[in-house]
Formats: sequence, C-alpha cells, structure tokens
Amino acid sequence: MTETDVKVVYKRPLGFTDLVTHYCPGCTHGVAHRLIAEVLEEMGELKNTIGVAPVGCAVFAYNYFNFDFVEAAHGRAPAMATGIKRTLPGKILFTYQGDGDLASMGMGEIVAAASRGEQITVIFINNTNYGMTGGQMAPTTLPGQKTSSSPLGRDVETQGYPIRTAELLATLDGAAFVARRTLHDARGIRMAKRAIRTAFEVQKQGLGFSMVELLSICPTNWGLSTTNARQWLAEHMLPYYPVGDFKVSTAVSEMKIGGN
Amino acid sequence: MPPKGWVEINELYCKACETCVTDCPTQTLAIDLSRLTPKGYHPAFMIHPENCTGCGICAVVCPDAAITVFRGVRPGTEKEGEDA
Repeated sequence: MTETDVKVVYKRPLGFTDLVTHYCPGCTHGVAHRLIAEVLEEMGELKNTIGVAPVGCAVFAYNYFNFDFVEAAHGRAPAMATGIKRTLPGKILFTYQGDGDLASMGMGEIVAAASRGEQITVIFINNTNYGMTGGQMAPTTLPGQKTSSSPLGRDVETQGYPIRTAELLATLDGAAFVARRTLHDARGIRMAKRAIRTAFEVQKQGLGFSMVELLSICPTNWGLSTTNARQWLAEHMLPYYPVGDFKVSTAVSEMKIGGN
Repeated sequence: MPPKGWVEINELYCKACETCVTDCPTQTLAIDLSRLTPKGYHPAFMIHPENCTGCGICAVVCPDAAITVFRGVRPGTEKEGEDA
C-alpha cells in the first residue's frame, strides 16, 4: 500500500458550522443533527433548505447548521413550516422538535399539519422528558419512570399513559411517511439515516407529510452514564416504542431514491 | 490481512462521552486522562492504533462529529513502532 491508497471514510459534514454544540456529552441530539446534515449534503439540498428550530434543548439548532433556519414559538414549528413552505414551495422545509415541543405543547399543530398533508418533514426527538428545563415528565415518559416532576415514577392512574406519536400520526390520511428509529447504537443510527433520507425525498417529490421519530438518550436528566443510558433505552424504551415504519403510502413505497 | 485505518479526533469538539470507546469493535480507543480539551474534557484517543481497521463505527455514533476516519496506511507508520 502506498499513501495514495488513503481515503477518508468519514468526516464532519459540510452542513455543520464550526461551533461546538451546547448539548451534554453523549446526547444523541448531536447524532440527529449530523444525520440531517449528511442527508441534505447527499441530496445536494444544503443551499435550498430552511429548518425550523423548536423550543427545548434544540433551541439553538440554528447556530449549528450551515443553512437557513428560523425559530418558532413553543410547539408551533409545523405551523411556521407550513407558512414558509406555502410561500416558498421550491424550498425543502423541516422542523426539528423534541417531545415536549411536539407531543405536548404542539400536539394540535402537528396533528393538523399531518392531517392537511403539508409538504414538510418533521424530525421528532423522543427522550421521554423535558430535557432543557430539568427533566420534568413529558407525554412520552414511560409508566413508572422517575422524573423531576414524578419523583415516585409516572402513575398511569392519575397521569395517564405515554403517547406513541408515530402510531398516532400514522392514522391520518395526509401523512405519507411516518417511521420510528433509534439512535442508541451504530446499526440504529444507520437505519435512522435511511429513514431521514426517505422522509426528505418524500417532501422533495411532493408526496405529502413525512415524520421520523428518533428515540434518544438524555444521560443528564436520567442520571445515567452515556453507556448506561443507551442500555436503558434499549431495555425500556424499545419495548414501548417499537422501531418500524408505521405509514408508508403507496406513492412512497413506489418511490425511487437516487444514489442510495 | 485486515484493512488498516486510523482516526483523528478533533479535541475542540470531543466531550469525552465515551460512546466511541464503548462501541469500537477492536478496542482501539480510550479516554486520555492525562490531557484536557479547551472545554475541560478528557479527550478520546487511539490507545491501540495498530488495531484500527477504519470501519468508521466510532464516527457513526459520535454525537459531536469530532471524528474523521481514514482507511489505508497512515503516512509515516509503515514500519512498526513508529507511531506518530
């Protein structure tokens, strides 16, 4: 072998700025950011994309991506994306939302946007708590899970059951592609990237609303090390939130994805 | 002979979450407790560079896009024991 055989198999994506993220060490928000940047780079859409940042841990997402971004009010990212997409139909629009933003404050917005079949892509991060404000109970918190606002564990008698957002949105006719993936291991991350690619292709080809739910870890608020948090996700979250494609419309199943 | 490779970890971004250390299939990486990054973390480094196959799993799981993966023989390491 000579030095000319050396090739770069992985590098920081072009869709990132040089800033260091404010996320806690090990937080899979960074993985989700990277997958979005890689997918948009592969599709050649970096200059043609507008992201909508949520309220939550990802509130500063606009600092880390190298393309246009706007900031929405809490939970209202799908409504804002709808307005921008209808004004600028040639752009790729995506919202990046956590479970407090999407499944709690913005449940009305996301259901309405999906039922209208808006041509937007939603990346939904599910880490079973409100990360930014200190780990309070979210609609996605598992039964019995201890959080800072449910110190004895979530009691389903008084606090209800967790919402499976992907399954819920899959029942709506306007949704073209709804999937759930996990970010706790390399295999799951590779599958997540393919799902994100499909979701953006669905929008590019005008087939309807697309959403990818990504199961994430929150080591700080769960009080676990990164490694233990990933194991906790695999043991507790995957049985309740199974990975899979919950809605693939006929047009999407016949879709061709170039260069994949 | 298995494929060879190496990784470069950008210490500006590394936050010592140990995800790459846990997931490396060849136990190439470790946390360097003798140094600190500008952010105050102990960075990951190649403790066994001879094991690296350039598979890229560390970079796939890295939450901060700190890792660049190369495949091939690292320039200046053709002879054993000359690790840079």
